[in-house]
Amino acid sequence: MPAVLEINHIKVRYSGLPVVHDVSLAINAGQTVCVVGANGSGKSTLLRAIMGSQRIFDGEILFQGQPIHQLSTEAIVRKGIVYVPEEKMLFKPLSVADNLLLGAYTLKDAGRIRKNLDYVYAMFPRLKERSNQAVSTLSGGEQQMVAVGRGLMSNPRILMLDEPSLGLAPRLVDELLDTVVKLKNEGMTILLVEQNVREALGIADHGYILQTGKIVQEGAGKALLESKVVQKAFLGL
Amino acid sequence: MEILTGSISAGLLIGMVFALVALGLTIIFGVMDIVNFAHGEFLMLGMYTALLTAQATGFDPLLTIPFAGLVGFMLGVICYLGFVKYLIRGPMVAQLLGTFGLMLVLRNLALFLFGSEDRTIHEGLLVGQSFDLGMGVIVPATKLAAAVLSVVLFTAVWLLINRTRIGKALMATALNAQGARYMGIPTERMNAFAWGIGGATVTMAGALLVNFWSVTPYVGLLFTMIAFAIVALGGFGSIPGAFFAGLIVGLITELPGIWDFIAEMTGFAWMVDVPMTSFKYTWVYLAYFLIMLIRPRGLFGWKH
Repeated sequence: MPAVLEINHIKVRYSGLPVVHDVSLAINAGQTVCVVGANGSGKSTLLRAIMGSQRIFDGEILFQGQPIHQLSTEAIVRKGIVYVPEEKMLFKPLSVADNLLLGAYTLKDAGRIRKNLDYVYAMFPRLKERSNQAVSTLSGGEQQMVAVGRGLMSNPRILMLDEPSLGLAPRLVDELLDTVVKLKNEGMTILLVEQNVREALGIADHGYILQTGKIVQEGAGKALLESKVVQKAFLGL
Repeated sequence: MEILTGSISAGLLIGMVFALVALGLTIIFGVMDIVNFAHGEFLMLGMYTALLTAQATGFDPLLTIPFAGLVGFMLGVICYLGFVKYLIRGPMVAQLLGTFGLMLVLRNLALFLFGSEDRTIHEGLLVGQSFDLGMGVIVPATKLAAAVLSVVLFTAVWLLINRTRIGKALMATALNAQGARYMGIPTERMNAFAWGIGGATVTMAGALLVNFWSVTPYVGLLFTMIAFAIVALGGFGSIPGAFFAGLIVGLITELPGIWDFIAEMTGFAWMVDVPMTSFKYTWVYLAYFLIMLIRPRGLFGWKH
C-alpha cells in the first residue's frame, strides 16, 4: 500500500545551520505514527516543513504520491493536511464556535460543516457548553480541546498534532491521549509529535526517534519502547 | 446655549464622517500592523474622483459614491499587491518610510494631474439647503447626508467583518496570520482585501466630504492626522473604537464653539480674546499626543 505521506531525505536549515538532516519517514492510511525526541531535536521543524511554513533545503515531501514541498501552506491545508501547532495559535478574542468554524474554512458545504461541528461537540461536550465564550476565557485544557477540535473541522486526511499534551495536568494528558486513540480507532491518519515518550509510543503503530535532527531509530511503537535508545535517553532506565 | 448645541451637533455630524475616514486605517493596521501614511491621499483621490465624475456626468456627487468606492478598492488592492506586499517583508523602518513615500507619490501625482488650485462643488441636490432644528442647531443638508451615509457605510463594513465568512477570515488573519494559514485561509489575499476595504471606505468618505469641503492635492495630510488621532484614541485595530473616537475627535474640532459658550457663561473677558478657531486642529493633535502618553492602547484595546 502506498504511503499517504512520504518524506524522503529532507534537510532544513535555519540561516545556514542545519536543524534537520536527511530525515525520511512514511505514514500509511489509518496509521498513527509518532515522532519522539527531546527539545530542539527538530520535531516541530519537521512538521513546519510538511506544512510549507518552513522551506526544505533538499529532499522531497510527497502526499498521496504528489510532491507538496513547493506549495503554499494554504494549498497544503486544502489537500487535507491539518496541523495543530504546539503554540495552538487560537483566535483568542473570538468565540469557541467561531474558532471551530474557522477550522472548516476550506469546506464549502454548510451541511457538512454543521455535521463536523456536531461531531466535535460530541467529542468535547465542554466546548458545546462554552460555544459562545471567548477562547481567551477558557482553561489551558479547554483551549487544547479547541485546538484539536478546530483541526478536526475540515475532515483532515492526516492530522498532525504537535505536542498536544504540553502544559497539561497529568489527568488531562490522559484524556487527550484517549481522544487520540478514539480518532485512531475511527480510522484517522495521525502524525503525533510528543515528549511523553511512554504514552505516545504506547498508542502508536510506528515510531521514530529524532535526535539532533536525525532519525536514530524507528520501529513498531511498542517495540521501540523497549529499545535501548529509548530506555536510555528518555526513560532513564 | 445655542452656541453649545450648535457646536455639539456640528461636532457629532462631522465626527461620524471622521469615523468612516479612520475605519480603513484601523482595519489595515489591525490586519497587518502597518501604518498607512498615504491614507489621507486615498481620501484626496476619492474627493477628486467624486468631484470630477460629478462634473463630467452632471450627477450629484453623492451618486458618485459607489464609483469612488470601486476606485478606492482597486487603488488599495493595487497599492498592496504592487508595493506594500514587498514592504512588509522588510524592517519596520522600511514600512514607515515606504507608505510615507507612497503619500508623496500620490500627492504629487494629483498635483500633476489636477493642478494645485482649490476646487469646490457649487451645485448639487443638497448644496445650500439646511434644516433648522431649533436650539441653534442648523444642519446643512450636505453634512447631514454625509453623516447618515457614513454611519450606514460604517455599519455595513462592521457587519461584513463580524458576520460573514470572509470577514471572520480577515479577523483570523489579523489575530494570528500563521494560525490563519494553518486553517487554509489565503492570508495574502486577505491582506489585499483589507487594503481594498480600507481604500474603498476612505475614498467614499472623500466623496461624502466633497459637497462641503474644497479639494486640493494637499487636503490629505489633515485627514491622515485626524485618522491617526482617531485610531490611537479608539485603539489600534478596533472598529467600534474608531466609531466612538471619531465622534470624540469631531467634538474636539468644535471646541472653539464650546469655548465661546464657556466664555459667555462665565463672563471671563480673556477667554473671548483667545483666537480659538485658529487652533481648531491643534486640539486634535494635542489630544493625540496625550492619548499616546497616557493610554497608548486607546480606549478599546483590541489585540495588543
